[in-house]
Amino acid sequence: MLNYDLVVVGGGPAGMAAALKAKECGVEKIIILERAQTLGGILEQCIHTGFGLHYFGEELSGPEYADRFIVEVEKTDIDVKCDTMVLDISECNLVTAVNKIDGFLKIQAKAVVLAMGCRERPRGALEMAGTRASGIMTAGTAQKYVNLDGYMPGKKVVILGSGDIGLIMARRMTLEGAEVKVVCEIMPYSGGLTRNIVQCLDDFGIPLRLSTTVIETHGTQRLEGVTIAKVDDRLQPIPGTEEYIECDTLMLSVGLIPENELTKNVGIAIDRVTNGAVVDEMRQTDHQGIFACGNVLHVHDLVDYVTLESQLAGQGAAEYILGTAPKETVYVNTVTGNGVRYLVPQRVNVKNPNDVKLYFRVGRIFKNARVVLECDGKTISSKKKVKLAPGEMENVVIPADVLAAMDENSSITVRVEE
Amino acid sequence: MIYDVAIIGAGVIGALTARELSRYKLRTVLLEAENDVAMGASKANSGIVHAGFDAVPGTLKANFNVKGAAIMKEFCEELDVPYKNNGSLVVAFCEDEIKTLKELYERGIKNGVPDMELLDREQLLAIEPNIAEEACGALLAKSAGIVCPYELTIAAAENAVANGVELIRNCAVTGIDCSDGVFHLSTTQGEIVSSYVINAAGTHSDEIARMIGDDSVHIKVRSGEYFVLDKAVGNLVSHTVFQCPTELGKGVLVTPTVDGNLLIGPTAAETEDRDNTATTLDGLKAVKTLATKSCKLVSTRNAITSFCGLRAHDTSQDFVLGPSKINEKFINAAGIESPGLSSAPAIAKYLSYLVTNAFDDLEANESFNGKREGIFHFRNATDEERAAAIARNPAYGRIICRCETITEGEIVDAIRAPGGARDVDGVKRRTRAGMGRCQGGFCGSKVVEILARELGVEMNEITKFGKGSRILFDKTK
Repeated sequence: MLNYDLVVVGGGPAGMAAALKAKECGVEKIIILERAQTLGGILEQCIHTGFGLHYFGEELSGPEYADRFIVEVEKTDIDVKCDTMVLDISECNLVTAVNKIDGFLKIQAKAVVLAMGCRERPRGALEMAGTRASGIMTAGTAQKYVNLDGYMPGKKVVILGSGDIGLIMARRMTLEGAEVKVVCEIMPYSGGLTRNIVQCLDDFGIPLRLSTTVIETHGTQRLEGVTIAKVDDRLQPIPGTEEYIECDTLMLSVGLIPENELTKNVGIAIDRVTNGAVVDEMRQTDHQGIFACGNVLHVHDLVDYVTLESQLAGQGAAEYILGTAPKETVYVNTVTGNGVRYLVPQRVNVKNPNDVKLYFRVGRIFKNARVVLECDGKTISSKKKVKLAPGEMENVVIPADVLAAMDENSSITVRVEE
Repeated sequence: MIYDVAIIGAGVIGALTARELSRYKLRTVLLEAENDVAMGASKANSGIVHAGFDAVPGTLKANFNVKGAAIMKEFCEELDVPYKNNGSLVVAFCEDEIKTLKELYERGIKNGVPDMELLDREQLLAIEPNIAEEACGALLAKSAGIVCPYELTIAAAENAVANGVELIRNCAVTGIDCSDGVFHLSTTQGEIVSSYVINAAGTHSDEIARMIGDDSVHIKVRSGEYFVLDKAVGNLVSHTVFQCPTELGKGVLVTPTVDGNLLIGPTAAETEDRDNTATTLDGLKAVKTLATKSCKLVSTRNAITSFCGLRAHDTSQDFVLGPSKINEKFINAAGIESPGLSSAPAIAKYLSYLVTNAFDDLEANESFNGKREGIFHFRNATDEERAAAIARNPAYGRIICRCETITEGEIVDAIRAPGGARDVDGVKRRTRAGMGRCQGGFCGSKVVEILARELGVEMNEITKFGKGSRILFDKTK
């Protein structure tokens, strides 16, 4: 059995940022366990640019953004095991993993950072009838085929879902010579970033059909076409609006699900909206010494925010390991008010001496609205927003002095005022 | 070369029969039109080993069901296929249906079904607490079980091949000539000559029979749609829960699978197209509604996939089993709809008997070994077994499918096995890679890569299930 101060599960942007921050804070023995062959996570297949605008102030590609952190990890004495899958985390932070070289690995950790990322929602989760032809895949799988394996997964493409990966792949497939016929979105608004709609669809003349979904697939061997239809307010297909579109490929970009199987096995509480763990402001779960950050905690829009969040988790883990965390804990839950779908963190230790930033997403589109933070019934801040969209993460800060005045009976609410 | 026996169709009947025949010194060939075995009804059905009370006494269905169910466990043990004797319940929701239960019970007694019991509401809820509260009684059949139908077929074909049977895939039979006393089969892979033919061609078995002028088989294809739900709800019920049977079949069931998922379905609709396994919006909706009648907690929000299977129903309402009236060396095994899977071990023994009985002084195949060792399943192994496996072959230390914890070693084993996987779906059925909640989102491309490497072809030559189902086109610019 190996002994480490900190085990980081996942070597994507979240895991690397958490490990580096913990190292910087003085943690000695750190190991990152990564299931892919290299560090970098999903960024390795995101060869488009747009990463790092907030964090580095420059526009990088996914691999470039990842590389900045890989280089930093290599400069430290942080151990890294790639091609290594974590199978289990016990209640006493005993991590079981497996790989080709070491075989079975048992690692006793003082603290664990969960940074496993997320996966794409598959076809089965959708109400879509039809055949089992080849050519139906998630946008992320298609992205891997094109960008890493160097093969075209299709020539005539329909994309269902306007999540960011779907939008990015619409552009990518077009640039590679495929014809992207349409992007359908079941909701009346896109789930992706506005900049991606402009740069990936509008710039290439690819139509985005809102309130529209794919109801049936056709073709017995390779996909030959899909039937799309408009949906009503309850998202049910409207009879008579069906339309057949010939295509050989259907890409799905219908949502991301944090990969929390390990988390659930430990017995950590999960937020039903984010599908990630319930955490405090340092991203510590309800299981002492286990932290979570990045897309395994909640699906982020920008990797820059993943980095910032993971640094908090790394710092929190370091303070836990080194015994420098605030001695006293008084938790106050954060409450979602009007229009707010979720809040991370879900609870805040008011004995924390620093400002605390709350991240959230809205449940629908708001125009000219205000984001209001209310603590103990008093409005702390009220910020005007021209537009709030579910595709973009928002945040609001609770100042340290406000926290300092709180106790266990206090309340923290974020809401949208129209 | 003249084969002694040519079996048309490598479904559960064809594969198990081939294995039975491999006990003898016979030249047996197993012909399959698709790229893999178990591509018809055998890959898409409920996976139930029925106790045997449904079929009308005296029918082939009644006879073979009870016999088949009795030896299924032994077959599964020999073939290293998971089988679970979980018992079944037919649930009544009104007084009329209570009467039906009694009829089924009586019929079961006549058919020789062991260990049945009529339960009242309290007894039912005591053993199955998640059943809808409208339930008012049930017929419990303790001998019923569950098995994975395609694993059974794959295992049987693999064992048959290991014992000397030749398996030819992508080999559709297009015509049969028997004017010179032996059968000349025209196939998409050239001519095959054989002394005996077993027609186990599923939904196409009437077409095959007509090739020798036998019009005694009349197949009406019935489709059935299902949902597979996540393992998180695999324990909602422990028995296979039926509703009372209808004209078209045994109604919608809710059952755990041997792999730990929950299966709900099927619908029953007659269809003209014998190969159309497309699901329909109406069908899926019907499954959803009907399944909740048995168990309110069943929700398709937990669905990880849906599928449609085709049953080869013969208009005689019974199996068509035995030598053709046109030519006694042509043996039909047609109309094998439910309880076909349950009956399969007994049908295979019977078909084998029909053939071997016709040969004088037939010798046993002395090297026959009916014990098949399935591929190592990392997910089911103990830590010690896992460590030993990785020491033996490091590829068992590399997880390819995260959701189901399937290693590279298992995928390679599945490809290299006798009659092994040649496409992505074949790997999936043999290993479960891609059968978990992400449905191959992460591992799909890795499986394509491993298949290409093992088969010595380019990635873009790999298909999902043979023929035109390729996954990738040309290389990028």
